[in-house]
Amino acid sequence: MDTRVTSKKLGLKERYAAMTRGLGWETTYQPMDKVFPYDKYEGIKIHDWDKWQDPFRLTMEAYWKYQGEKEKKLYAVIEAFAQNNGQLGVTDARYINALKIFIQGVTPLEYYAHRGFAHVGRQFTGEGARVAAQMQSVDELRHYQTETHAISHYNKHFNGMHHSNHWFDRVWYLSVPKSFFEDACTGGPFEFLTAVSFSFEYVLTNLLFVPFMSGAANNGDMSTVTFGFSAQSDESRHMTLGIECIKFLLEQDPDNVPIVQRWIDKWFWRGYRLLSIVAMMQDYMLPKRVMSWKEAWEMYAEESGGALFKDLARYGIREPAGWKQACEGKAHISHQTWNAFYNYNAAAPIHTWVPSDEELNWLSEKYPESFDQYYRPRLEHFREQQQAGNRFYSKTLPMLCNTCQIPMIFTEEGDASQICYRESDYKAYKYHFCSDHCKSIFDHEPEKYVQSWLPVHQVYQGNCFKPGTDPTAEGFDPLMAVLDFYEMNVGRDNFDFEGSEDQKNFAAWKGDTK
Amino acid sequence: MSDVFIAFQANEESRPVIDAIVADNPHAVLSHPTGLVKVNAPNALTIRRETIEGLIGRSFDLQQIHVNLVTISGYIDEDDDQLTLSWKH
Repeated sequence: MDTRVTSKKLGLKERYAAMTRGLGWETTYQPMDKVFPYDKYEGIKIHDWDKWQDPFRLTMEAYWKYQGEKEKKLYAVIEAFAQNNGQLGVTDARYINALKIFIQGVTPLEYYAHRGFAHVGRQFTGEGARVAAQMQSVDELRHYQTETHAISHYNKHFNGMHHSNHWFDRVWYLSVPKSFFEDACTGGPFEFLTAVSFSFEYVLTNLLFVPFMSGAANNGDMSTVTFGFSAQSDESRHMTLGIECIKFLLEQDPDNVPIVQRWIDKWFWRGYRLLSIVAMMQDYMLPKRVMSWKEAWEMYAEESGGALFKDLARYGIREPAGWKQACEGKAHISHQTWNAFYNYNAAAPIHTWVPSDEELNWLSEKYPESFDQYYRPRLEHFREQQQAGNRFYSKTLPMLCNTCQIPMIFTEEGDASQICYRESDYKAYKYHFCSDHCKSIFDHEPEKYVQSWLPVHQVYQGNCFKPGTDPTAEGFDPLMAVLDFYEMNVGRDNFDFEGSEDQKNFAAWKGDTK
Repeated sequence: MSDVFIAFQANEESRPVIDAIVADNPHAVLSHPTGLVKVNAPNALTIRRETIEGLIGRSFDLQQIHVNLVTISGYIDEDDDQLTLSWKH
C-alpha cells in the first residue's frame, strides 16, 4: 500500500524563483555576448545578476489574474460613464482641453514605453530584470489602450482628440514628448531604465499623475479618475522596478556611479522640461483647481525627492545637477508655457483663454513672488485686446531648444525678465538651447542630437507640407498649409475657447441660455 | 528619518487592509486625499496576511492588494505572509 505523499507548497519567493529565474540558462549554441549584444556597451559593470531583487514577486499567472480583475472593474465604469452621458458631469467645457493635452501628449508615450520595455525585456542577461521589463511592457500597452478608451467617449462630443496619433508625429509641441521618449529608446538598456523606470516612473511620476487625476476628480471626470486609479496600481510596480534597478546598478560596481549620475542629471532635466505642459494644465486648465503646480512640486519633488536622494547619498549619488534650477522654476514655468500656447493657439488643436478674474486672483495668491509682477499684466493685456476684437495669433515660428525641443520661453535662474539663451558650435553649425542643462546634454552626445527632427526647422525646410503643395502659388499661406499637413480641423480644433464649437455645444447640452 | 507610505483606493476591499496596517503599526498615520487612503509611517511599516484574515474571516492572498494599490514609497520585502516597506538609511 502506497502512502500518499503530499509535497509542501512552495513559498512565494520560491515559486517566483522557479517560474522566472529558474527559466534562464547560459547559452551554449551561441555565446552569451552574441545572444545579449547590448548589455555591456554602456560601460555598466554587472558582476552578479543574482543580486537583483524582485520586489513584487508576480508570476505570470498572478499577473494575468490581477490585471484581469482590474480590467473588468475599469471597463464596467467606462461603460456606465458612456451609457449615462458622463461627459455632461464635467464642471466646464474648458476642462476638456486638459484631456486633449493628455490624449495628444501623454497617451502616445505609453505606447513608446511599451515598445521600449519590450526591447530591454529582451536585452538584459538577468532574468529578473527581463521579467520585470516584460510585465511593464504589457502594462504600458494596457495604459495606452485604457487611456484611449477612457477618453474615447469625450471624443464623440468634443473637438481636438480625434487625430492624436497623426498629430504626435507632426505637431510642433508634440515633438517634445516624442523626442523625450525616442531619446530614451535609442539609448542602451541601462540608460533606458535609469531614464524611464527611475527618473520618470519613480522620481517624477507623481507630478504627471496627480495633477491629471486630481484635476479629473475635482472637475467631474469619472472616466479619467477611474482610469487613473486602475493604472496607479501598475505604476506602483513600475516605481519599485525603478528604485530596484538604481540600487542594483549602484551596488554592483563603484564604476557605475558616475555613469548613473550623468544619466540621472540628464533625465531629471529632460523630465522636468517635459512636465512644463503639465504645469500649465494644472494652473490654467482646471476650472475647479486642486493645488498649484508650485505646491505639487513642493510636495512631490522637493519633499519626496529629498527623502530619496538622502537615501542614495550612501552610494555617492547627489541630487540631479538641475535640481535647484528646477525648484526655482516652480514659480514660473506654468505661466510661461500657457503664454506660449495662448500665442500659438492657431497651430495647436486645443483651446486657450484668458483666465477669469477669480482665476487670476487664485494665481496671484498661489504665486506671490511672480504672478502679479511678470504674468498678470500680460494676461490682462491679452484680455483687453480680445475684447477690442484683436485676439491675435502668432503666425511666425519660434526658436526651439535643440535638446528639449520646447520654444525658447524659459528665463534665467533668478531673473524672470531675461529669456535664457545658450549655444554650442558643432562641426559646421550653431545649436541653440534653453538652459545650461539642455546644452550639456547636447555637448555630451552631439552626434545623437544633431539628428533631431525639430518641427520649426522642418517647416522652414518645406518638409511639413502635403505632397503637391506649391509655395510659389498666388495667395499661398504657409501656416494654413502646415495646418493642412497636420490635418487639423481649422476653426474647430484650434483658436480661443470663446466662440468655439465645444463652448456652444456644452452650453446647449446643459441648457445654458447665455 | 524618512516616512514610508502606501496608498490604496478608498473602497470596501481595501478597508480591512488599512485596518490591519493600523493595528500592526502603531506609528502609522492615515490621510484621505480624494478617493484614496494613504498610510504614512516613519522608517517602516508591515502588512500581515494573518491580521487581515482575522478581520475578514476568510483566507486572503496578500498579492490581492495589487488590485487596489495606488502608490508606494520605500523598499519592499514581500512573501506569502507579509509585505514590509522600509527605508534602510
